[in-house]
Amino acid sequence: MTDLEIVSRLPQDERMLLMPLVRTTRTFWYWVMVMVAISLWGAFAYYYQLRHGLGATGLNTPEYWGIYIICFVFFIGISHAGTLISAILRVANAEWRRSITRSAEFITVLVIGFGAVQPVLDLGRPDRVLNVVLNPQPFSPLLWDIMSIGLYLTASSIYLYVPMIPDLARIRDLGLRPRLLYWFLAIGYRDTPAARAALERIIAVLAVAVIPIAVSVHTVIGWIFALTLRPMWHSAIFGPYFVVGAIFSGIAALIIAMTILRRVYNLGAYFKDIHFENMGLLLLVMAIIWFYFTFAENLTVWYGGEEAELATLYSKLIGDFAVPFWLMVAGCFVIPFTLMARRATRNVAGTTVASVAVVIGMWLERFNIVVPTSLHPRVEMQGLHYVPSWVELSIMAGTFSGFILVYMVATKFFPIISIWEIKEGREKSVEEVSERVAAYLPDDVAAVES
Amino acid sequence: MARWGMVIDLNRCNGCQACEIACRSENNVAVGGPQAARENRTISWMRVHTETEGEWPDVRVRFVPQPCMQCDRPPCTLVCPVEATSIDREGIVSQIYARCIGCRYCANACPYTVKYFNWRRPSYPESVLPSLNPDVSVRPVGVIEKCTFCHHRLQKARDQARAENRPLREEDYVPACAESCPTGAIVFGDLDDPDQRVARLSRDPRAFRLQEGLSTQPKVYYLAEQD
Repeated sequence: MTDLEIVSRLPQDERMLLMPLVRTTRTFWYWVMVMVAISLWGAFAYYYQLRHGLGATGLNTPEYWGIYIICFVFFIGISHAGTLISAILRVANAEWRRSITRSAEFITVLVIGFGAVQPVLDLGRPDRVLNVVLNPQPFSPLLWDIMSIGLYLTASSIYLYVPMIPDLARIRDLGLRPRLLYWFLAIGYRDTPAARAALERIIAVLAVAVIPIAVSVHTVIGWIFALTLRPMWHSAIFGPYFVVGAIFSGIAALIIAMTILRRVYNLGAYFKDIHFENMGLLLLVMAIIWFYFTFAENLTVWYGGEEAELATLYSKLIGDFAVPFWLMVAGCFVIPFTLMARRATRNVAGTTVASVAVVIGMWLERFNIVVPTSLHPRVEMQGLHYVPSWVELSIMAGTFSGFILVYMVATKFFPIISIWEIKEGREKSVEEVSERVAAYLPDDVAAVES
Repeated sequence: MARWGMVIDLNRCNGCQACEIACRSENNVAVGGPQAARENRTISWMRVHTETEGEWPDVRVRFVPQPCMQCDRPPCTLVCPVEATSIDREGIVSQIYARCIGCRYCANACPYTVKYFNWRRPSYPESVLPSLNPDVSVRPVGVIEKCTFCHHRLQKARDQARAENRPLREEDYVPACAESCPTGAIVFGDLDDPDQRVARLSRDPRAFRLQEGLSTQPKVYYLAEQD
C-alpha cells in the first residue's frame, strides 16, 4: 500500500491534515523552483559581497546600517508570530487556537534563523564572527542580543517540537515515509493517558516560559538602538514599542500564512471564518496599540524640541522620508483599522489585505527607524544619501524566498495543523468549556449557606 | 599618569588642511579617490569641517578641525561586542584592527561621526606607496579605524626618554596634526599637568567642547572664535 492509499483511508481529520505529506501538486514544485532560484541568486549576491567587501552595498558614512539591519529587526519581529501568540492563546485557554498554533510556531522557528543571520551578513569581517564568543564584552547590547536570540531559538524549537510528538508518533505508526525520520523524531512516544498527561504538563510549563523569553528578544533589539545617544533612537519607549510591533507583524504574517495554507491545502474546514475574525480582532487591537505608541513617541520628540531630534522627526513627517513614513502609517494603522473595525470586512479577504498592509508597513517602520536617524548625525554633514545596492536587495529577496521555501518544505513533512489537539478539542473541550462557563455563574445562595 | 588632550584655537585655524594631510601620511590612511568621495566613504581621521554663515555679501566661513574627541566617557567602547575598542589608562581611545568584526555599532554610537569604516580594501596612489609609515599598521577591509592621537609616537617618545634616562618632556610627544599646523592652532599635551600649555588653554574662558550636553567628556577642547 502506498502512503497515499494509507492516508486516503483515514478518518476526516487525519486524512485532510496528513494529505499534504503524501500528495504534492505540480504547482508546489513550480513554486519551489521559483523560490530556489531567488534564494540561489541571493546566495550569489552574498558571495559577491564576500569577494568585494561591504563596498558592494550602498552603505556609507554615516549610513552605517541599512537593509540588513532593517531585515534583522523585521524578521525577528515576524518570528513573534508563533511562539508568543500560540503561547498566549494556550495560557488563556482560547479554544479556537487549536488549528492555528502549529502553523504559527513553524513561522517562529523557521524565520528566526533568517533573522539572526542578517547581522552576520552585515559584518565587515564575517570571518571573525566567533570573536563574540572568544572576546565577549558583556556591556554590549549586541551580546545580550545574541544570548536572547539563542535562548529564544532553543525555547521555541522545543515549544514547536514537544506538542508535535503525538502527531509524529501517529505518523510513525501509520508507516509513512521517510520512516526513519518519524521513528527518530517520535522518540518512542506511545499515546497512553499517562503519556498524554505528562506531555500536557510540559507544554503548559513551556508556554509560560517562552513568553518572557520572546518579550526579551525584541526588547533587547530595541535597546540596540535606544542605548546609543542618537536622535530618535535614544528613547525609553523603544523596548516595549519593538515588542508591540513584533507581535503586530507576527499576527499579520500568521494570517497571510493561514490564508495561503487554507487555499493550497483545502483547509477551509480548519481555518474557518471565525479564526480569521478572531485574528482580525487581535490585529485591530494591535493596530490601535501601535498607533498609540507611535503617537507617544513622536509627540514626545516634537514637544521636547531638541534640535537634533527635531531634524530627524521633520525628515520623517514632511522631509525626505515623508513617503515611507506616511505609507507606514497607512499600512500599520489606517488600512488595518478601517478594515478590521467593521465586521463586514473582518472576513478572510479583509484580514488578508489588512495583514499584507501591516507586513509592508512594519518593514517600512524598521526602515524609518534605521535610515532617517543614521542620515541625521549630530555633527552637521552635507550631501548624505543611501541607495541600497543590487547586492543588498538580492540578499533581501533571497531571505524572503528562503523562508518561504523552508516553510513550504516543512508543510510536506509535518502536519501544519495539530491533529491530536483537534481531536482533543472534539472529544473534551466542549464539555470542559461548558463546565468552565458554569463555574463563572453565581452560586445558589441557599445551597452555599446551608 | 598623563591624560592626553588637545586644544584647537579656532581663532588661528585658517582652514589650510595641512593637519588632514599630515595625519593621512603619518597614519597610512587610505586614499579612496573621487569614487569614495562620491559614495561618502572617504576616511580622514582629522577632518576640517566648514560652516558657512550669512548670505552674500556678508558671508563668513568657520573652520572646525575634528579628530576623534578621545572622550573620557566614550559611547563607542561601551557598545563594542568584542572589546575591539577601549580607552587606555592615559585616556586614549584605541581600536584593535585585528579583533574588530566590523559591525559598526561603535560608529553608530559615536555622536561625532569620527569612526571610519573600511568599505573597500585600502588603496594608495603609486606615489604614496614608498612613503607609507612603517610604525602604523595598514588596516584591512571591513574594520573600523579612527584617530589614535598618533599613539605610536607616544611609544617611541617614551622609549627614547627611557633610553636617555629622563622623564618625558612636553615636546617629546606631539601628534602629526599638531606638529604640522602652520598657525599653531593645535596644541597637544597632558591636560593634568598644570605647567603644560594645553592644560592652561583648556581652562581658558574661550574653551568649549563639542556636544558637551551629552556628557561624553571629550579631551579635545576648542577655543571659540572671537569677532
